[in-house]
Parts: sequence; structure tokens; C-alpha cells
Amino acid sequence: MTHAKSKALWLAGAAIAAAIGSNAAPAAAQERAIAFTGARILTMAGDTIEDGTLVIQNGKIIAVGSDVAVPADATLIAAKGRVIMPGIVDTHSHIGQVAGADGSGPIQPEVRAMDSIDPLASSIGKARAGGVTTVNIMPGSGHLMSGQTFYMKLRGGRTIEDIAFEMKNGAALGGMKMANGTNPMGRSGFPGTRAKSASLVREVLTDAKAYCAGDRKKRELAKEALCEVLSGERLVHFHSHRADDIMTVLRLKQEFGFDVLIQHGTETWKIAAELAKAGVPVSNITLDAPGGKLETMDLRMDNAGILERAGVLVSIHSDDAIVDSRMLLREAGLAVRGGMTREGALKALTINGAKQLRLDQRVGSLEVGKDADFLVLDGDPLSAYTHILETWVEGAKLFDRSRPEDLLLATGGYGAGSPMEASHHHWELAEEEGLE
Amino acid sequence: MRTTAMLLAAASALALAPAAQAQDVAIRGETVHTMAGPAITDGVVVIDDGKIVAVGPAASMPVPAGIPVLTAKVVTPGLVDARSVVGLAGYMNQPHDQDQLDGSAPVQPQLRAIDAYNPNEALVAWLRGFGVTTVHTGHGPGALVSGQTMVAKTVGNTVDEAVIVSQAMVAANLGPAALAEGGKAPGTRAKQIAMLRQALISAKAEDKAPAKKGETKAGPEKPPSLEVQAMRDVLARKLPLMVTANHSQDIMSALRLKQEFGIDLVLDGAAEAYLLTDQIKAAGVRVILHPPMTRQYGEYENASFTTGAVLKAAGIPFAYQSGFEGYVPKTRVVLFEAAVAAANGLAWNDALASITIDAARVIGMDKRVGSLEVGKDGDVALFDGDPFEFASHTVGVVIDGKPVSSTAQ
Repeated sequence: MTHAKSKALWLAGAAIAAAIGSNAAPAAAQERAIAFTGARILTMAGDTIEDGTLVIQNGKIIAVGSDVAVPADATLIAAKGRVIMPGIVDTHSHIGQVAGADGSGPIQPEVRAMDSIDPLASSIGKARAGGVTTVNIMPGSGHLMSGQTFYMKLRGGRTIEDIAFEMKNGAALGGMKMANGTNPMGRSGFPGTRAKSASLVREVLTDAKAYCAGDRKKRELAKEALCEVLSGERLVHFHSHRADDIMTVLRLKQEFGFDVLIQHGTETWKIAAELAKAGVPVSNITLDAPGGKLETMDLRMDNAGILERAGVLVSIHSDDAIVDSRMLLREAGLAVRGGMTREGALKALTINGAKQLRLDQRVGSLEVGKDADFLVLDGDPLSAYTHILETWVEGAKLFDRSRPEDLLLATGGYGAGSPMEASHHHWELAEEEGLE
Repeated sequence: MRTTAMLLAAASALALAPAAQAQDVAIRGETVHTMAGPAITDGVVVIDDGKIVAVGPAASMPVPAGIPVLTAKVVTPGLVDARSVVGLAGYMNQPHDQDQLDGSAPVQPQLRAIDAYNPNEALVAWLRGFGVTTVHTGHGPGALVSGQTMVAKTVGNTVDEAVIVSQAMVAANLGPAALAEGGKAPGTRAKQIAMLRQALISAKAEDKAPAKKGETKAGPEKPPSLEVQAMRDVLARKLPLMVTANHSQDIMSALRLKQEFGIDLVLDGAAEAYLLTDQIKAAGVRVILHPPMTRQYGEYENASFTTGAVLKAAGIPFAYQSGFEGYVPKTRVVLFEAAVAAANGLAWNDALASITIDAARVIGMDKRVGSLEVGKDGDVALFDGDPFEFASHTVGVVIDGKPVSSTAQ
């Protein structure tokens, strides 16, 4: 979308945007440089810079450091007393009213999350208020394979193309959602046991292998997607809680050679050494209490810290709405409570997730050449009392706590939910469909 | 990371001591928040036979010789969870550990919490580990009148050891969480109120009810049904009616019930209470506010992190609760919830009050718990830093003078 076009749209849609609180007004990256001076900068790529300067232009970071040249015409923003850190990379979320596979079968790799997401959903504006700038939006875990995930950049935008991290050959970047354990089991037409779950996956991947090696003249969408999985091009996001289920994932990986990120990994503390040895990363969630289902009975607040010490690349995710996106910094704080290092917890929200999604060339840290995705905070990101004051995406300030309509998204309140979201049934549906 | 070492004399012996056998213990904190006056720097709380016998600065109040002393950076009263379902709802979330709701009838005020409470439930220990020593728990959402609640200490091997008030309130629920499906009643909000009014009116009228049709003469006087007895206790203000109401029209319906029947109404949930502060204040109603981190969906779609601050400014008594969670996490923790409120406009001390002394007041237990004052129960929580900070830990919990937890959590 061009700047002029987006501005016109913004003007036309401003009233609606205010009414629905979607905060989706597009804002183009600035051509003139902006320099934030005097801030404490947590780059996630080296030591913290006290009294540092961050310079951005055309949506990119052009300088960051304690003693950097600022273009003469740059707009200066005094940021003394502020903390600047990279935008959060949430490796597992369900914002945007995402849906994936339907109830017709347990394996549906041809289904794409991008074909279901509502870019105007208020959950996206709330995630931005929570500091999320890049997110992996996934279909649910009620299937062995529920479809292709969507890597989103939280730009202002009204179409899926506007908010796609990147479009490639008409499709958005994303991974493949898979799941094992109890969520995909039990319904009619779905596996009844863990062994059956594994065998169905092995069968479909074995079939795909033959297809991928053939001439592929008769296109089969499901197998096309599986070819990308088998080649390692499409990352598998594998929902798995129990240690034995996670070991099954490692066996499948061993057999078929796909690249995998363990999602949730509730019991990864039991097999941290095995994961480290296999070089398999974990996208972890920390919750306020264990249980809620049998697979999460052994949930521990020190899980992320244990993985960190074992040398596993670990990120922290929201699984929004399981944890509200606005509570991601808090979740990292809880990981520190559980023994993770402060640096490790902040990396788990930023650069580690970027590496896991293979987007670290562009996001996850404040380095020259990377996207100007960052947060301005009024204090220590891991303190309960700190607020995100601003969220910038590709050089555009898209959340500003001083704007009443943005504050509403940050705190909730009357009208913070969008009438465009099927919010009344969202939760019940989530439970039924295993959307977590 | 612990900054303060805990000195726990004969820890294993203490842990094995029977609940009834309280000991003397002293707790010394760099800061002691008594919630009955200003915080004390380098303060001491002395507990004798389960009750607090002295509170003051260490400088002017030496610790009696020979009793174990627990030390911590920050000391607060044992936390009070103003509304939970733990003990009835268990963490496995399987049919055998979910007793917070019986679906056989929409109005069952006769269901007692003490007949379902499992004191050994893992979630009770989970709350205790974070400093919660008193919990108002019982029947949950899902039915118009789901049953009774009770007040318990978060210790004890049997409900009798745990309970301090066996019948605390009757739990009613308005709005979508208590609607029946498939043509069953109540199917609408208006039907909910009609049924609730009828239940109260019938309880009042049953004494004068004529002999049933077909009965030629009045038989021996039958005692009223358990349901009617419970509703009469509500009418007589012996039991408050705790009404969960989140949307503004449901809150107003609850206030009308109070007006019509003169009941002791406690508002629960109250997500949109910020729209109705004048009305709630005028009605003299206390509020058990939803956890700030309740998901802002469904009937909580307009919930806000700032409602506690709004109620406080309006002078409405309120407390935070852990509430009910149907999935993960299976319970919330009031310590965490008050922290979110403290970051969203509620003063630090008011946030701590909302899970200590104010919570005790809302559930009518402030004579016994909620503050560190002479004569009150020896319930204390110990922290290695600001209790609301994410990375702080609860490092000790004392209930009735007995150390019940000493692991950093």
C-alpha cells in the first residue's frame, strides 16, 4: 500500500477505527531520521547502553550506541529516564480471530491461517499495546496438523498483505502447526491413542515424501505444504506438553528431518538435556498455576530457567488468549522469579524468538540495518510497575499510551473489545477446539 | 534469589506438628506492613498460642528469648482471597475433582461447601505457597444459585481443621455464565431474575402455605426444605447473597434485588462496576472484584485493569479474588492480581489492603484476620522483596503461629 493511499484510507476509516478501538490506522515509516537520546537501551545484541542514542530512518535502525552520529536534520526525542528495547517477538499467539483446520479430519496442512485472520480485530491492537511487534499466529492444537501459521508484523493495516511479515509467491511466511498428546485425540475421525497419532503423522509424511520426489504435475496442496516441511523450509511448530510426547516429536524429527520448534513444552524441564543435545529449541509458556488439564499438572515456574541453564534456545510466548499479550513482560518476570537470568528472560521475548522463527536478520534486537521495531518504557521491563509508553513498528509509532484510545487498549474498559470480534463465544470455542 | 535467610528452628518438627498445637514464634521484617497503621521499619510480630500478642519496632520490643525467629525483607498479614473455588475445583480439571457446580437444578442454595471441600487439593497448597492463608471458597459460576461458600484457612488435613466459617454466603450468578441451554430455564436474563425473586418470595411465604391440594387436613408440621432454609437465612441477613454480575444491567438487577428484599448483597465480578459507582455506593454494597487478569472476553469484554482504582476513589469497599477458571491456569493468585492493580492506578497500600484487611472486611472476617494486630490470628506472609514485583518470592508462610511453608515461591 502506498503512503498516499494509506493516508486516504486512514482519513476515511478514522471514525470507524476509533469506534472499534482497533488502533489499526496505518502510519508510514518516516523519511526524516528520528533520534532518541539519553535512553537506557537494551539492544539484546551486547551490553546494555546507558545514556544511549537510537537513530531510525525509513523504518530501519541506522545507528545505535552511546556515541553515534545523528543526522543534522533528525528529529530529536529526549528519552532520558526511558528504557528502549526491541519489540516483542511472540512465538505463539491466537490473536486476530485466527482459525485453521476444520472438524473433517486430523491432518490438514493445506489450510492457511492467513485466510482466516481479521486484521482489524481488537486483540491485535491490544497485543501492540503489550509491546508485540512480530507474532506467529497459529491455528489451534485440536488436530495433528491444523494448518500453516502466519508470521505477522504488527503494522497498521487493513489487509492480510499489509500485516504479513513478508509475502512470498502470493503466500505469507509461516510455519506448520502440529500437535500431539490429548488435544488432537478422541473426536470422531481423530486418533484415539498417542501411538495412533504418531502413526498417522508418519503415514502422511511418508506419502508426501514420495510425492515430493515425483514430478508433482498434479498439484496437491496438502502435499505441497508437506514438501516444504520435509525440505526444512517450513518450520514445524509442535504443540506438545508431556515429556514422552516431546520425545515422540524428536523421533519424528529424526525420521523425517523436518525442522521443529517445541510449543509450550510444559515438561521440557524433565528432558532439558535431551533437547539441548538434539539442538531443538522451545517456545515456552509460564502460567500462574499448574493444571487445568492433566498434561499441565507438572507445569513449573522454573521451567524456562532450567532450559536456559541446559543451553536450550528458549522463547516465552503468550498463547493469547491463554496469557493476554499485554502480560508478556510479566511472564518474563515470572520466568526470572523461577530462576531465569534477567538477560535470558528479555532475550526469550525478543531475539530468541526471532531466531526460532528465522526472522532474526530483521527483528529481535536493536542493531543497525534491522527493522525499527522497538518499545519505549518508563522503567525496568521486568518490573510490575513499568508501563510500555510507545510501540514503534518499522519506524512508525503505532501505540502511544498518552492517547486515550490507545490507553483504552492498554488497560481494557468500556468499548475496548471490538464488536467485530466474536468475543462472546471465543473462550468456549477455544476450549472445545483446543485452541491453545 | 533470596536476600534474606530464614532461620527456622527445628523445621521438620514444626512441619509435622499437628495443626491444633500452635507454638510461639516471632517474625522480624525489615519492613512490616501491619495494615493497621503505618508500616514498621525493622518490626517484630510475636505469636503465642496461635494469636498475635505483640507487634512493634524491634528497637523497642525485644523478641522473647528462646522462641524461633523467622526473618524476611518484607512482612505482611497472611493474604486473604475474597472469592475462590479451590478445594471444590481441583487442578486436574477432571470430573472427579470438579465439585464447584451441580447441574441438576438452577437454584440449589442448600449445597454446602464443607461437603465438597478437599483440604489436600494441590491448588490450596499452591495459593498457600504464595502467602494466601485465608480463602473464601465454595460453589462457582454456572447456575443461578450454585450453592454456599465457606471460609477456610489454607491448612488442615480435614475440612474441620481448615474451616473457620462453614456457611459464609450463598452464591448466585447472573448473566451468560448462568444461562441454561436447550429450552431449559433460565434462558434469559429476565428469567434469571424472575426465578431468583420467586425463590426468595416462596421462602418467605412457605410458613403460611395452605395444605396441599388433596390433603384433607394439615399433617404434622413438616420442616421447611433445605433450599427454603438457606433462602430464609438470606432473607434474615444471616447469610449474604453474593451475586456474580458483570454487565451493567446485571449489576443493576442485583441492586434491585437488594432493594426489594432487604438482603445483605455482595457484588461479585462486577466487571462494569466503573459505570455504576454512584448506584453501588448509594446501595451500600461491597464488591468482590474480578481478578484484573481475567480474560477480557465474553461477559468480561469491558473489564479493565483500573476498576479497583475507580472503586477506591469512589469509596466503595472492595477486595480482589482469585475467582474461577475453567481451564489453564486453573486458579489465579490474588498476590499477582493485586500487583496488576497496583500498576494501574491503585495505590500500593490500597492494593495490599485489597488482599488483606479489606478482603477480610468484605467477607466479614476482619476481627480475626487481615492485619497484624494484637489478638488476631497469627497469619503472616514473608517476602524477599516488594511482594508485588514479578521476580520477588514469598519465602515463608505462617498460619495460626505455625510455619507452613518455607520454600521460595
